[in-house]
Amino acid sequence: MSQPSRTITIEQLNTFIADAGLHSSHLLHILHAIQQRFLHISHEAVNEVASHLGLPISQVESVVEFYSFFYNTPRGRYNILLSNCTSCGYKSGGENLLRMLCHRLRAVAGKTRGDGLVSIDETSCIGMCDHGASLLVNGMPITRLDADKIARIADLVETETPLADWPADWLRVDDNIRVITGDLTAASGKPSRMASSSTSGLLLNNDFVAGGGLHAMLARGIEGTLAEITQSALRGRGGAGFSTGMKWKFCREAQGDAHYVVCNADEGEPGTFKDRVLLHSHADAVFEGMTVCAAVIGAKQGFLYLRGEYRYLLPHLQTVLARRREQGLLGNSILGQQAFNFDIEIVVGAGAYICGEESALIESLEGRRGVPRNRPPFPVTHGYLDQPTVVNNVETFVAAAHIALCGSAWFKSVGTEKSTGSKILSVSGDCAAPGIYEYPFGVSIQQVLNDCGAKSVQAVQIGGPSGALINPAKFNRKLGFEDLPTGGSFMVFGQGRDLLTIIVNFAHFFAHESCGFCTPCRVGTTLLKNSLDKIAGGHGTQYDLDEMKRIGELIKRRSHCGLGQTAANPILDSLQRFPQIFEQRLAHGNFEPYFNLDGALEEARQVTHRDDAAAHLE
Amino acid sequence: MSAEANMTTTNTVTPNTINIDGQDIPFKNGQTIMDAALAAGVYIPHLCHKPGLTPHGSCKLCTVDIGSRSMSTSASDRRTQTKFSVDIDRRSVSACTTPAVAGQQISNDTPALNEVRKTITQMLFIEGNHLCPACEKTGNCTLQAVAYHLGMLDGHFPQFFPRREVDASHPTVMLDLDRCILCELCVRASREVDGKNVFAIAGRGINAHLIVNSPSGKLVDSDLETGDMAVHICPVGAILIKEHGYEVPIGRRTFDLHQVGEIGLEPVILAKARHTNE
Repeated sequence: MSQPSRTITIEQLNTFIADAGLHSSHLLHILHAIQQRFLHISHEAVNEVASHLGLPISQVESVVEFYSFFYNTPRGRYNILLSNCTSCGYKSGGENLLRMLCHRLRAVAGKTRGDGLVSIDETSCIGMCDHGASLLVNGMPITRLDADKIARIADLVETETPLADWPADWLRVDDNIRVITGDLTAASGKPSRMASSSTSGLLLNNDFVAGGGLHAMLARGIEGTLAEITQSALRGRGGAGFSTGMKWKFCREAQGDAHYVVCNADEGEPGTFKDRVLLHSHADAVFEGMTVCAAVIGAKQGFLYLRGEYRYLLPHLQTVLARRREQGLLGNSILGQQAFNFDIEIVVGAGAYICGEESALIESLEGRRGVPRNRPPFPVTHGYLDQPTVVNNVETFVAAAHIALCGSAWFKSVGTEKSTGSKILSVSGDCAAPGIYEYPFGVSIQQVLNDCGAKSVQAVQIGGPSGALINPAKFNRKLGFEDLPTGGSFMVFGQGRDLLTIIVNFAHFFAHESCGFCTPCRVGTTLLKNSLDKIAGGHGTQYDLDEMKRIGELIKRRSHCGLGQTAANPILDSLQRFPQIFEQRLAHGNFEPYFNLDGALEEARQVTHRDDAAAHLE
Repeated sequence: MSAEANMTTTNTVTPNTINIDGQDIPFKNGQTIMDAALAAGVYIPHLCHKPGLTPHGSCKLCTVDIGSRSMSTSASDRRTQTKFSVDIDRRSVSACTTPAVAGQQISNDTPALNEVRKTITQMLFIEGNHLCPACEKTGNCTLQAVAYHLGMLDGHFPQFFPRREVDASHPTVMLDLDRCILCELCVRASREVDGKNVFAIAGRGINAHLIVNSPSGKLVDSDLETGDMAVHICPVGAILIKEHGYEVPIGRRTFDLHQVGEIGLEPVILAKARHTNE
């Protein structure tokens, strides 16, 4: 591989784009290749890509500016992105590792160092929440960060040691699948930690042999398989919970030139990492679920949309796809069936939480900014290229593959009436055994807390920042569509945590990830962020709390998509359930302006070299 | 499912009418709530909507509340999934993108909704740099007119004071992004009416901004011409025609003579934006 470089001639650029295009002509992939090779995507590169792909220059430009992992100014040869999630973020261990790394490398966060060696910045949750503080260096995850490892990373960067020569175990990502041992756990109060290779639960326990689901489907017939999926009452595992059988049926019935299957592997909700584990250790079941869906709806093409943060999983997934083609489980005449042709392409995102919204994901698949579409029409009738499309979560496809194999009765043997089957949880935060837990739906929060060894719990965030913040009085609430729906994120906050800091973190997350399409979310998330910063800084008053509540409710009700509709949840929940975390920070009086008059005099003080009492207002 | 079935049986619905603030309004298949309302002479405040262009639904000024006898809330509507006090019986939608469906009971001109719209308008003002007295568009500006209509007296929120570009490269048209409200009317007009593709939105969140589709990114290198619909459709003063300032004196401008709520005002607004020598 050639050394990354920031200098480019147009000829080099054209040759490079043509080569990259041979590999994959998807706009996101070509832009990624350019970013890797030239460390940024220059204005010239935008023009050349547009002309190469026959796209408007403005479309390419808008995509470069939309996704977090594309840059229009050069990044360092080591581009380091530290997660800012409350579970795998650079502050999650109590120390500020970002500041530490910047200090050691004499770099400023967000800026490329003068010699072009390194750039350091923060990024939204990278899905390593069961591994403690984590970062991405040139796209590769390094987990379990502490002060010592930060120092060693700084040395390796300073000596320009190739990433391949970094300690191999740093790049290891474990599955951390935890076994639940039931009564024993509850009685002893100890976490049930077992070897990561052990499994638990309905889906994770079930030995799935590649092709098993497809053979069962062929034996049962397509109609019969759809009936099994419908009767299983499987609901979408991304959190929204739409009936999978209905979705497939609507799509099957929709008229179109072609039908498409899309697997949503854009697992961006902070605190969620179950799809990472499913893609790593259960990829066959994921692809098999997609293939069953393809047979049901009549699709020949499928896509797995993988979040950019999980790009390191790409070689593994490509290997599994290649093996499945060799096994006759993908490609033409699957399992010898003449008319059963289906294949799967992986499209890798580039850092945008909003692309987890299904219509934004489709926009991204089509090579545009990830802006959610107006609905109706829904993707089942007008999805990818305006054709009927099923978009399901990774876990949903895994469940569907198992239902095709074992039938609906097996699946319904666990769970509750309206939430059949199991839910795979990503447990992180202040507990002894963070990791992957699979439970029948209907499990209580307290049960999960017992099993993961969480003590002195102040609050639990169910479903990530867009979900619900639960106080201890409500730990008897149950996970399921009847009570607390969840995409799987389960973040534990112990008594030692400052909840306000967490709420501030979530507000910054939403303001950063808002796509900017609709006014309430675009402006409102920034207003909420500013208000919280003001309160956390000790300048807030009751007026600011009232305003946050008013704006929060407006954003929730008037926004275009799920992002805006849920962005205020952490603030509204905590205002209701933890009012003291705000009140104890309020300034006296009813009103305090945003404008800090004394702060504005700082420049004058510096110029005059004064810092005595008379140079301050207070 | 059962809730849906119950709702359909409670009341008979006049075919092909919706009800806005107690008034029955007919609609044709394929019309949105906004289409039907405007056709019946009912004003629903809006900024990013213009009849004839693909509905967009981004400004959210046309937000209305729907309760219905024949509609259930979608299971995928995330507003219904949290336990916070949201009135799920009354769904909030954009009138400009939501199809009219027989039996919809729509609230539009209510104090509560107009308060929401005022707040959204204030958001649009404070995220940009809108200095009405110094803007050539004053009096012809739909944002300003909507603000007056909603009784907005100030920006309410702290100003964001963003740093935005001016593009004066084009010989006859200038772009002042300080005033852009991201309504994408120019984006759509250029594509759908002018048959060009001069404008697009780039970036995300509060950093979203209008860009020009040309190799240099400058307006002068685009194929924009003075007569294009995209030049004239801007509801604010972000796209202005050079050397034609203040030809219509203040006091005789569109919204000095008309209310923004008058139906069928679009031709008047467009005519005022065009200049006599075109």
